[in-house]
Amino acid sequence: MLARWLNAACRNLLLLCVLSGAVASCHALTREQALALVKGENDERITALTASLSRGDEGLAKFLQAVLDDEVKFTADAAFVVHDGKTHDPATGSETALPAGAEDVINSNQIRREIEGTLAALKLFSTDLAERRAAIKALKEEADETRLPLIEKALATEADASLKTQLTQVRAAVLVSSTDVAKRLDAARSLAESLTPATKTLLLDRLKPAAEGGESDINVRSQLEIALKAIEARLAWGERLGVMFTGASLGSILLLVALGLAITYGLMGVINMAHGELMMIGAYATYMVQNLFKAYMPGAFDWYILIAIPASFFAAALVGAALERLIIRWLYGRPLETLLATWGISLVLMQAVRSLFGAQNVQVENPAWLSGGVDVLSNLTLPYNRIAIVAFAGLVLAGVSLLIARTRLGLFVRGVTQNRKMAACVGVNTARIDTYAFALGSGIAGLAGCALSQVGNVGPDLGQGYIVDSFMVVVLGGVGQLAGTVYAALGLGILNKLLEGWQGAVLAKIMVLVFIVVFIQKRPQGIFAMKGRSAEA
Amino acid sequence: MKNTRRHFAKSLSAVALGVAAIGLPLFAQAADTIKVGILHSLSGTMAISETVLKDTALMTIAEINAKGGVLGKQLEPVVVDPASNWPLFAEKAKQLISQDKVAVMFGCWTSVSRKSVLPVVEELNGLLFYPVQYEGEELSKNVFYTGAAPNQQAIPAVEYLMSKAGGGAKRFVLLGTDYVYPRTTNKILRAFLKSKGVADKDIDEKYTPFGHSDYQTIVADVKKFSAGGKTAVISTINGDSNVPFYKELGNQGLKATDVPVVAFSVGEEELRGVDTKPLVGHLAAWNYFMSIKNPTNDAFKKQWAEYAKSKNLPGADKPLTNDPMEATYIGIHMWAQAVKKAGSTDTDKVIAAMAGQTFPAPGGFISTMDAKNHHLHKPVFIGEVKADGQFNVVWKTPAPVKAKPWSPYIEGNDKKKDEPEKK
Repeated sequence: MLARWLNAACRNLLLLCVLSGAVASCHALTREQALALVKGENDERITALTASLSRGDEGLAKFLQAVLDDEVKFTADAAFVVHDGKTHDPATGSETALPAGAEDVINSNQIRREIEGTLAALKLFSTDLAERRAAIKALKEEADETRLPLIEKALATEADASLKTQLTQVRAAVLVSSTDVAKRLDAARSLAESLTPATKTLLLDRLKPAAEGGESDINVRSQLEIALKAIEARLAWGERLGVMFTGASLGSILLLVALGLAITYGLMGVINMAHGELMMIGAYATYMVQNLFKAYMPGAFDWYILIAIPASFFAAALVGAALERLIIRWLYGRPLETLLATWGISLVLMQAVRSLFGAQNVQVENPAWLSGGVDVLSNLTLPYNRIAIVAFAGLVLAGVSLLIARTRLGLFVRGVTQNRKMAACVGVNTARIDTYAFALGSGIAGLAGCALSQVGNVGPDLGQGYIVDSFMVVVLGGVGQLAGTVYAALGLGILNKLLEGWQGAVLAKIMVLVFIVVFIQKRPQGIFAMKGRSAEA
Repeated sequence: MKNTRRHFAKSLSAVALGVAAIGLPLFAQAADTIKVGILHSLSGTMAISETVLKDTALMTIAEINAKGGVLGKQLEPVVVDPASNWPLFAEKAKQLISQDKVAVMFGCWTSVSRKSVLPVVEELNGLLFYPVQYEGEELSKNVFYTGAAPNQQAIPAVEYLMSKAGGGAKRFVLLGTDYVYPRTTNKILRAFLKSKGVADKDIDEKYTPFGHSDYQTIVADVKKFSAGGKTAVISTINGDSNVPFYKELGNQGLKATDVPVVAFSVGEEELRGVDTKPLVGHLAAWNYFMSIKNPTNDAFKKQWAEYAKSKNLPGADKPLTNDPMEATYIGIHMWAQAVKKAGSTDTDKVIAAMAGQTFPAPGGFISTMDAKNHHLHKPVFIGEVKADGQFNVVWKTPAPVKAKPWSPYIEGNDKKKDEPEKK
């Protein structure tokens, strides 16, 4: 408790330092202080941190950032900043030699949280608006009474209106446990405006029974409850949207993996058990492109995915075309043999990849712009890679439907699949169309593999996990239909996620399977049946 | 001689052939060798983790042989591949004991493979050294457990999370793959948390199927759950599902400083091939980390790096050591010491001689085999993931901890004896 009070007192000193504007009179970070920040037990380091913050040491922010980035080493009597292979003295900034036996600084989560909090507090006075906004956001997560004077000071100088409101909320988060009832009541009112999960945590904590250290005043308590209700209502929206998004994301993945099969199985009638392995080839093509970029164009690494998309399409399409020409075309109209042959092909492909790349999973890195996510609401973050896959699935779907509906090749494919003999009679080279169509379906499987490499593991048995799903989607949607595939994929995605939220991943998977079995029992032709006079019917 | 050689070559898999080629000249000099079985999956799903244990065992055996072997005889490794197929583990164990007449077996990773071998070693009075952390609830006369029992890994990790340095977690998400190890461990942890005053509403238990790759809902649920108070996640997710799980954590912005995740099945080898930058600060609990600094560990790492290079093993360009490798290394050395003490490879004599064996472990402590319960006394380390895929040790026990295979947090265990039933 005393330490905490001292902490607060020390930070008040910093406030004085900043308030008086006498930055020049503040200390520069000395060697001893830098060493104290990195050496010793957690508690000693935190004390040193508070002390140097209170002195307003110059260069502190820079040094702390280096500590967070694991760029600091230390010996028994000095600390060093090692950046890009060059060693600097943290106090003077001059270049020195790193002594042998210098140790790495070990940061635990506790230290990291303290350093991040301190950095945020330092940045409250930054001239850069974005930096201030980030600092306030960081402080919101960690309401700490020791930082109250700094928050008050920042509140007084902050010019931006929206940041001012947010700072008020940060202040309220601290004041809600103040000893003054009026202040607590005030704070409770303004907390109703703050819509973060962190505030909910705080409110729940304050609403504990008074005996356990919760709020004792009845008025404040009811105000806190109102605030909690407001926040929970807002958070519930974030959750609902979150479920819809995860459902759409899973649905778009299912759509991608099923779309190729909707062509090879749905339109052409080939029970293609090697569909999963064509996806795997697409994923490995992405891996190869990534490695090429790493080796030859590290500067453009972030954009490797743009080359990987066509590469994965053509790699899988080539393999698909070869399969069709060499094996599958001899088996049209013999579903059992096709099933066995393609299953055999899938084993051959898997073993080939195992021999070439090894049995272990390979690492496909996300480009920087696909890592992280966008904060839509305080409790809803949409990861960029998922957003990208939803968009990508939409583009691929649009491309395929245009190709089938509007182009000459699409016309031929439809003609051949609906009435092969008639199409042959009017001069369509049916054998060639079969090859093209199969290669197209395979290429789309390759695209799916490229997308999957961004969210999952890439290994020789990548395809095995998706083959059942893709058949489920195609059968449920109705064989011979693209539209059915789309509805089935999105429907299954959202249904799966709703059930998962309710009953957990294991039961959700079982329930979806049971649902499909029952549905197919009742309606064997799927959601959409082929209409009209099919030649084979 | 020729006859033996032909028979020998026949019974071995292709991988073992290479080993035999090295072993043969030795075995020509000393006509009498001691056969040692190595029972690790070299193909199938577990090959990723187990292959390296086979190599560690071969390295350790070569080391012992270079120092003159045991009882004046060279050790002769017999490598078989149970191919991640649980019933095949039992068959291969039977073959090793009754056909190859091995004195001891080192092997198994998953609990289900150990459970499959158990009746075989008990019936044929064989000897198995099991090197991986597990859920306890088992104590066989014929097995020595050189990995951690729950009180040597799971319980200290949770205590750390509840401490001030660990973030003072009040709520816990128990997240695991759906099979026996996570279910049993979580049963123990739930009882432990209850004993610490954590209410049921503050514990959320979740399971995913093997190979699950869509962690969106789970991460969102963890986020939602964490709004109710300081939360930590205890992960017993096994295998490559960890990659999409940690990716999703990073992308949804759930940082280790907010919600730390402590994992019991993620080590240096599992993080090979994962982008660890977003994972900095997440935790793992083991009895050994590669980053531990002491002369024994330096020698162990050097020995492994050289061995991997000389044998041109996959990944030799970045040699990694991990906890089960250390446990394998300790187990083989202790067995050799016990054989020397017993003056025989007879199972019962070796079991008696194993009690109280000590060995300076790379973890930096002297490992001791308990006098009665067939488990090692081990130190516990908590490590935080660094950006380079190694771990910073942020907490450790002051001294090795005695294993409690029968967790006191499972009902009825207080009546069970801390030693094997059969003698």
